[in-house]
Amino acid sequence: MTCDTSYDVIVIGGGPAGLAAALSARAEGNVRVLLIERNDSLGGILPQCIHNGFGAVIFGNDLPGPEYAYRYQEQVEAADIDVMLDTMVMDLTPERDLYAMNATHGYLHFRPRSIILAMGCRERTRAQIRLPGSRCAGVYTAGTVQRLVNIEGYMPGRRFLILGSGDIGMIMARRLTIEGAEVVGVLELLPFLTGLRRNFVQCLQDYDIPLHLSTTVSNIIGGQRLEAVETVRVDEELQPIPGSTKRIECDSLLLSVGLIPENELSLKAGVHLDSRTGGPLVDSTMATNVPGIYAAGNVTSIYDLVDYVSKAGEVAGRHAARYAGAAGTARGGDAVEATVAMRPGQNVGTVIPQQVRIDTTGREEVTLMLRPNALIERKVSVEVWDGDRPIISFRENYSRPAEMMVHTLRAKQMQALAEANERELTVVIQ
Amino acid sequence: MSTYEQIPGDTDHGASDEGGNERSIICLRCPRGCEISTTLDGYGGIVEIFGNVCKLGRDYVEAEIADPRRILPTSVRVRGGERPLVPVWTPKPIPKGRLLDLARATRGIELEAPVAVGQVVIENWEDLGVDLVTSGAVRRV
Ligand SMILES: Cc1cc2nc3c(=O)[nH]c(=O)nc-3n(C[C@H](O)[C@H](O)[C@H](O)COP(=O)(O)OP(=O)(O)OC[C@H]3O[C@@H](n4cnc5c(N)ncnc54)[C@H](O)[C@@H]3O)c2cc1C
Ligand code: SF4
Repeated sequence: MTCDTSYDVIVIGGGPAGLAAALSARAEGNVRVLLIERNDSLGGILPQCIHNGFGAVIFGNDLPGPEYAYRYQEQVEAADIDVMLDTMVMDLTPERDLYAMNATHGYLHFRPRSIILAMGCRERTRAQIRLPGSRCAGVYTAGTVQRLVNIEGYMPGRRFLILGSGDIGMIMARRLTIEGAEVVGVLELLPFLTGLRRNFVQCLQDYDIPLHLSTTVSNIIGGQRLEAVETVRVDEELQPIPGSTKRIECDSLLLSVGLIPENELSLKAGVHLDSRTGGPLVDSTMATNVPGIYAAGNVTSIYDLVDYVSKAGEVAGRHAARYAGAAGTARGGDAVEATVAMRPGQNVGTVIPQQVRIDTTGREEVTLMLRPNALIERKVSVEVWDGDRPIISFRENYSRPAEMMVHTLRAKQMQALAEANERELTVVIQ
Repeated sequence: MSTYEQIPGDTDHGASDEGGNERSIICLRCPRGCEISTTLDGYGGIVEIFGNVCKLGRDYVEAEIADPRRILPTSVRVRGGERPLVPVWTPKPIPKGRLLDLARATRGIELEAPVAVGQVVIENWEDLGVDLVTSGAVRRV
């Protein structure tokens, strides 16, 4: 097997992160780019997200997922970018040896100058949340049903119960109702809605679908097929309240209980992961700890808006192309500048990027994406602390775990980071 | 089991002493989802409005009281394509009460591949001034 070393940049994954990364890498100069996707088409998860809610930031327009993806796909097809569909990347080494496989060429070996990880995420399953009860048919993850209904045109049940009030769960509740199925309710373990309020209104309320907070599944009942689900109320400590169980007849249970970044390949390549995000630790150029390996999108952390996934892809693509040092790119390889680490503090779940490269020239815009872990319905102050003093602070209207805070650092704020005493700063919401 | 307990929602508190009534509405214009309380005069006019953070919120409440509308995303069948379905939507919102009627009307439709993005599937549905348009493409096989 010969090793193909002709590519400057290889992008793994053809979702919104990978599409944007391939385009921006190609736009840096005379860069040879290959995009590898295991599905038979590009777009990642978007072709099955047929609801609108995509593109407000980038296109100033509220588009359905497939149309958002299509706009990028068209550009990729028009640009001089090689695309391999139906091809699965199997292995990756720290030296950037990439092994992939498809039905036409069999096993393939590449060694590009840089690599962009854009593999997205996968859903948490029944096993991961330890749901008790029968192993009958009829228990699905929400994304699987979304694919069956929206892509394959197959309705896998008649009476659905949904566990999880995140956006995917609520969007599927509406989708199934529109297609004529009955949705008997949405359960949420926590005492508050975990998805966006607008989805509560336009997906549940508009279709009279009840939401039950502080409620979870305590038993799954059925032989071959699901017959009923036993639910239970929980207290503040999330412990079941005795005597509060109820039996709900249904033939399908949808699980919308979280997403996990897809990082088997990253680990093989020696990429360090952040235990909080479940994705690679990245700096503000989307570089990982392995030289020449970059990452963007849901592989790094679960984003709620695709627009910011595309933006992160753009940053990764640009820097991966520069690292590759192809003719015509801005500069050969990113010189290592000083960096400061951003640690999540009070009320902050995750911060992307985890390292900011200090650049006071103003050439590189740095955007911090914070995932709050506290629900605070009033104006809050977000602060970056250097030891015992805050060096950056800005206001946000509220803090909600369902919505990432997006903050682009201003020149003065970058200057403050450059002058910080500590190399590790803490981000807090107060 | 309780429903909607901690979530502010669209509530109609009925007629108050002044002959108007109060409603609480979640604004859908942006992800912030402000909860806006209003007092109505009973003739479609707004007497008071609290909690709307921006001007769009007031517009939203006015529209929501006079003629609540929503966008419908769904899919229709495709014959002779690489996929059995194509996603469709109403780029402009339709009256809320008609969402499921339009959804039912789309079930009988079958398009012939190839299908392009932005193809009009139903023009001016029931004279409501809203088209049903494809949001994806399907190649012919
Ligand atoms: C149900 C649902 C509703 C959503 N609603 C909204 C919304 O209303 N608005 C919004 O802005 N965002 C929404 N999102 C979020 C948005 O879809 C994601 O943020 C976005 O798709 C993430 O893009 P990505 O490129 O990181 O990952 P993905 O889209 O998951 O793409 C990853 C790609 O990598 C490929 N891949 C993985 N491993 C390999 C491998 N080893 N070899 C080759 N290829 C590989 C996969 O096949 C896939 O195509 C929603 C998401 C879901 C699931
Ligand atoms: S009132 Fe303004 S800020 Fe509040 S949700 Fe509506 S559009 Fe957004």
